[in-house]
Amino acid sequence: MAQEAVYSHRDPMLKKRDDFEDILEERRNSSDLRYALRCYTPVVYKELTLCKSGELRDLVLQSDHLRYVITQVSKETGADADEVQGEASAILEEMAHCLQLSTVRFFAFTLTKIFKTLFRSICVNEEGIQRLQQAIHEHPVVLLPSHRSYMDFLLMSYILYTYDLALPVIAAGMDFMGMKFVGEMLRMSGAFFIRRSFGGDKLYWAVFSEYVRTMLKTGFAPVEFFLEGTRSRTAKSLTPKLGLLNIVMDPFLKGEVFDVTLVPVSISYERILEESLYARELLGVPKPKESTSGLFKARKVLSEDYGSIHVYFGQPVSVRSLAEGRVNRCQFNLTPRHIPQRPGEEINHFVNDSAFRLVRAQEENMVLKPWVLLASLLLQNHHHGQKGGTALEELTEQAVWLRDLSRQCGAFLHWPEHAPPSEVVSSSLSLHQGLVSISEGRVQLALEQAGGQGGPEEKLLNQAVVVLSCASYRNQALHVFLRPALLALAIVTSSSNNRQEVYNSFSFLRNMFSNEFILCPGATVQDFEEACYLLVKTGALQIPQQEVLITERGHRTLAFLTSILDPFLQGYQVVCRFLCEEATEALTDKQFVPAVRKFIIKHLLTGTLRYAEALSSDLQKNSLAALLRLGAVRRVKGGAEQGTLKVNKVMVNSLEDTLGGKLPTQKAAAARL
Amino acid sequence: MASNSSGGGSDRQRTAQQRLSIIAGHLQRPVDGNPAILAEECKAQESKPDASSEERRVPRRRQEIMKWNGWGYSDSRFLFNKKGQAEFTGKRYRLSGMIIPGLKDWMEGTFGASLQHKAPATPILNSNAIQPPNLHEAFVEELKSTGIPFSHDAEDRVFRAHGHCLHEIFALREGKFGRVPDMVVWPNCHNDVVKIVELACKHNVCLIPYGGGTSVSSALECPHEETRSIVSLDTSQMNRILWIDEKNLTVHVEAGIVGQDLERLLNESGYCTGHEPDSMEFSSLGGWVATRASGMKKNIYGNIEDLVVHIKMVTPRGVIEKSCMGPRMSTGPDVHHFIMGSEGTLGVVTEVTMKIRPMPEYQKYGSVVFPNFEQGVACLREVARQRCAPASIRLMDNEQFKFGHALKPQVSSIFTSFLDGLKKLYITKFKGFDPNRLCVATLLFEGDREKVLQHEKQVYDIAAKFGGLAAGEDNGQRGYMLTFVIAYLRDLGMDYYVIGESFETSVPWDRVLDICRNVKARIVRECKEKGVQFPPLSTCRVTQTYDAGACVYFYFAFNYRGLSDPVHVYEQVEHAAREEILANGGSLSHHHGVGKLRKEWMRDTISNVGMGMLKSVKDYVDPNNIFGNRNLL
Repeated sequence: MAQEAVYSHRDPMLKKRDDFEDILEERRNSSDLRYALRCYTPVVYKELTLCKSGELRDLVLQSDHLRYVITQVSKETGADADEVQGEASAILEEMAHCLQLSTVRFFAFTLTKIFKTLFRSICVNEEGIQRLQQAIHEHPVVLLPSHRSYMDFLLMSYILYTYDLALPVIAAGMDFMGMKFVGEMLRMSGAFFIRRSFGGDKLYWAVFSEYVRTMLKTGFAPVEFFLEGTRSRTAKSLTPKLGLLNIVMDPFLKGEVFDVTLVPVSISYERILEESLYARELLGVPKPKESTSGLFKARKVLSEDYGSIHVYFGQPVSVRSLAEGRVNRCQFNLTPRHIPQRPGEEINHFVNDSAFRLVRAQEENMVLKPWVLLASLLLQNHHHGQKGGTALEELTEQAVWLRDLSRQCGAFLHWPEHAPPSEVVSSSLSLHQGLVSISEGRVQLALEQAGGQGGPEEKLLNQAVVVLSCASYRNQALHVFLRPALLALAIVTSSSNNRQEVYNSFSFLRNMFSNEFILCPGATVQDFEEACYLLVKTGALQIPQQEVLITERGHRTLAFLTSILDPFLQGYQVVCRFLCEEATEALTDKQFVPAVRKFIIKHLLTGTLRYAEALSSDLQKNSLAALLRLGAVRRVKGGAEQGTLKVNKVMVNSLEDTLGGKLPTQKAAAARL
Repeated sequence: MASNSSGGGSDRQRTAQQRLSIIAGHLQRPVDGNPAILAEECKAQESKPDASSEERRVPRRRQEIMKWNGWGYSDSRFLFNKKGQAEFTGKRYRLSGMIIPGLKDWMEGTFGASLQHKAPATPILNSNAIQPPNLHEAFVEELKSTGIPFSHDAEDRVFRAHGHCLHEIFALREGKFGRVPDMVVWPNCHNDVVKIVELACKHNVCLIPYGGGTSVSSALECPHEETRSIVSLDTSQMNRILWIDEKNLTVHVEAGIVGQDLERLLNESGYCTGHEPDSMEFSSLGGWVATRASGMKKNIYGNIEDLVVHIKMVTPRGVIEKSCMGPRMSTGPDVHHFIMGSEGTLGVVTEVTMKIRPMPEYQKYGSVVFPNFEQGVACLREVARQRCAPASIRLMDNEQFKFGHALKPQVSSIFTSFLDGLKKLYITKFKGFDPNRLCVATLLFEGDREKVLQHEKQVYDIAAKFGGLAAGEDNGQRGYMLTFVIAYLRDLGMDYYVIGESFETSVPWDRVLDICRNVKARIVRECKEKGVQFPPLSTCRVTQTYDAGACVYFYFAFNYRGLSDPVHVYEQVEHAAREEILANGGSLSHHHGVGKLRKEWMRDTISNVGMGMLKSVKDYVDPNNIFGNRNLL
């Protein structure tokens, strides 16, 4: 373990962030129509070589890469090359966008109307916009927004249009195209559609990757996609998907462009439109298929107040500098570049590490509202069994304490400076009336109201909706506290306060939760150092030489930090218990979630489990993934269509014990062997 | 063209004269002023047909005709005259004595240079600043007894201590000298070399062969770690043509002869080798062999490895040569390929038999303007695909085109300048070429008159398919003339705080555009990051075409005012540019060689096993590292 840590570079407090500008303000004071019809002349890539969608299609279809794959596919399948060519062009037809300024103007008009009723403000860091403009001129640009809502990409294009920037071409999931009219509208505003899975389809992959690459190489337009692959239902960042990132890095790695600029964009909503929708989905109420009529039903959302949106355009990241010293580009010298090749180990690692860094960059620039802190506190208070809720004054005191702690940990917190804390708290609560109830000056989660009339199970699920919704706000702040919290948990679970031993527990927990949270692969030591540094700085810990000691005032911090992870810890344990106690030989992947849910409901009803959060299918899937990764569960390819899960009960059991602090971490490691 | 001017009586004389005027076309002033020299040389040849002419072009004391701290002849240099106009001095070149009105503006505009800010060189070589020679007494004594001339004069030693890398010339201009050879010997023939190498082995003295001194790979630099006495073996006096075999069209030559002398002497017999590297005025045959040189007209005549039939080299193990002169052999790996590219690490090449060709009857320059560089490269690729490349075809990018324009000498008649104006108007206005994107290819055709014209048409037809417009012989000729004066121009730049250099690579066709763009951009970016205050000149040209790729040259220069260690910055940027070249599928070198400048990349270039192979040859041939210049490996 590296002892020498250069703290100063990692101090999150030192991060300089830009100021925000509300773009709705001007819209409220001037004509929307004039805005929608105004002259639009964006700055474009300095080496832009083509401008029409038609040319783009020809370029893709005639590319060496695609021609090569077409020949291959036709050889393999015995189909006529022309036929395959036709197929390719049909795929492209289905996929391609056809950006039209008139549609964009239509959206500019209608979205303005909608945004003005839904949101109080849409705040954008203008310095980030300027950096982006510069970047678009210099190199091909890839926009990487966080994904929390359907709104994200409309919002992105809206902002870029407002600032007279080149409109991006956006990779969207095929499910959107199901919405007949809207799908076409989105296409005309720059979306292109990709199938969710096309694992084995060589031709599809070739068309798709060539399409994206061609747009980048020619500087046709900035390419936009979501690193997380799909909307995060929990508001935690999702483990990044690498396919598209691989594709957009490829032109640089193969020398076809001098550089590619990646711009992480953090979009944070004070109140997410899909709030309870997500919670229901996580609880197993299936998500409604995207359809136009569904969208209109969603109209009732229009009458509510969703607070403000903060969009932060992060520091552009040059792929060239990311790759500097990490990738030997000479590896592409010995094969013609148009012949598709599986990326090697080195490239995979590089892309994976870069993806994590980018998601971390998104996280760090997420604006946190005071409500996020309140949600964390209310959840903890609830689970600590405070009957009748927390007194408003007490909550305010807690919030102020947490505000200071989170700032010390580097949170990008937007806490109104000039208002008294009590006012900040009450105005935050008022925006989330569906989730909290205030009576006689005491605040608590709105569980009673949500309970409804049904049986105990139905009541439980209804309450869980509120808990999960609330948790999704708390989750927004998780990345701030994650590393210190893992350390706090490690201190609690490890048998002594020996630094090495604490590190071992930390490392175990970090490993266990690396499917749950964004933890950069291979950065255990750095994360540990950062956590130590932050907790020493906040005065919660003292680390003389080889010991880790909790200070007098540190107990409150550590208690908060451990409880923030407690739902996850217990959730993982209960999944382990399920696998040990109830998993049958023939448990399949598909059966896993419903079975574990039933098991958890039982435990919640009997009161042996406190956390309704464990009902989240996200948590359940993540814990299974972790167990699969650690080898405690194996996936056996079944004869039919489904794989079955083979559980190593000894190992699962010992992992559960270690999580509960009953077993020292070494033993867990031993059990793995 | 002056190719139809008539001269002497005999056929041979006439062709010789024609040939001379052709060379003069891209090298010298028009020959009308010196028919006397021609006559005299012919006479000499008639009286002693198999011996060389008595006139020795490269004297032992190079300082008599050449600069000690810059490129080329002492009498030829660029300067700004009292009126602030650029001028090229001397009488040797077409440009000599002419005013170049556009150069000042170009230098100011491109580099932000100014005539007010001068960085003059140390005017005189100060012998006291040079370390006294570390002589090996016993070696010197025995050498004396052989009668081979030698010297340990400071000037002689300094001249052989460097090539023409930027850092080498920059240090000389500042009057700084590192390790220099301790003495210089001038063998007169193969046997002299055998004696010298034997003595060096006997006394464990380090030998560094020296030919024309035009290296740009730090190959001539004395290794700092060398503690033995270093002897520079200057081959310049071994410069005779020993015989010409007209039946087999071969010539046997001593390896110290420099390019222009070899061509001149062969021309007198109606032949040529056709090997014309840009450095041919000064570089030697032995140097070409030792570095795997390439000539401008390789499309017709081939590169040095295609031209060589037989090589004799003296090594510490003895003399290596083949027993016959068969045109091709299947006798294991070709030992010539251990010699070619050995960069003076194995021995001294003393005699070479190489192919010759009858002098071409007709020569014609040409040029084509393309709307952009991409189209130009596509055209060159097509020409290579059809294998119809003229003797030379080169494509300059837009910046070089502008540079070439800036070097246009003052035109004497209003009519010419009016015509130039019309041409420009036609290309930019009527044809719609963007003056900031268009680029030019220069062409040189050689052969029978009829075939040349036919060939020319074929090439122009291809060019037309890629949007190319024929732009006249004049532009083409000026392009080739630039080849010889560009090295002089660097000295002018250095007088005004501008430093720069060129470097080359070879690359597959599909990567030509990418490598050009990326390396140029990398140079600009690195300059910015390293604190260069002015935008650099970063330009390239495609200079050779092959079946499977092309040779690309990069030119890079910047104004270094405000930098404390400009040479270091320069070297960092060049290093980064080479990394970029390699990352984009380019080779370590097309023809400059590795020397010590590019050694660090050799292992990655030829693999561990490859290095082992070369090392084992070195270990066998020269176990005591007598040829200790430490190039290549």
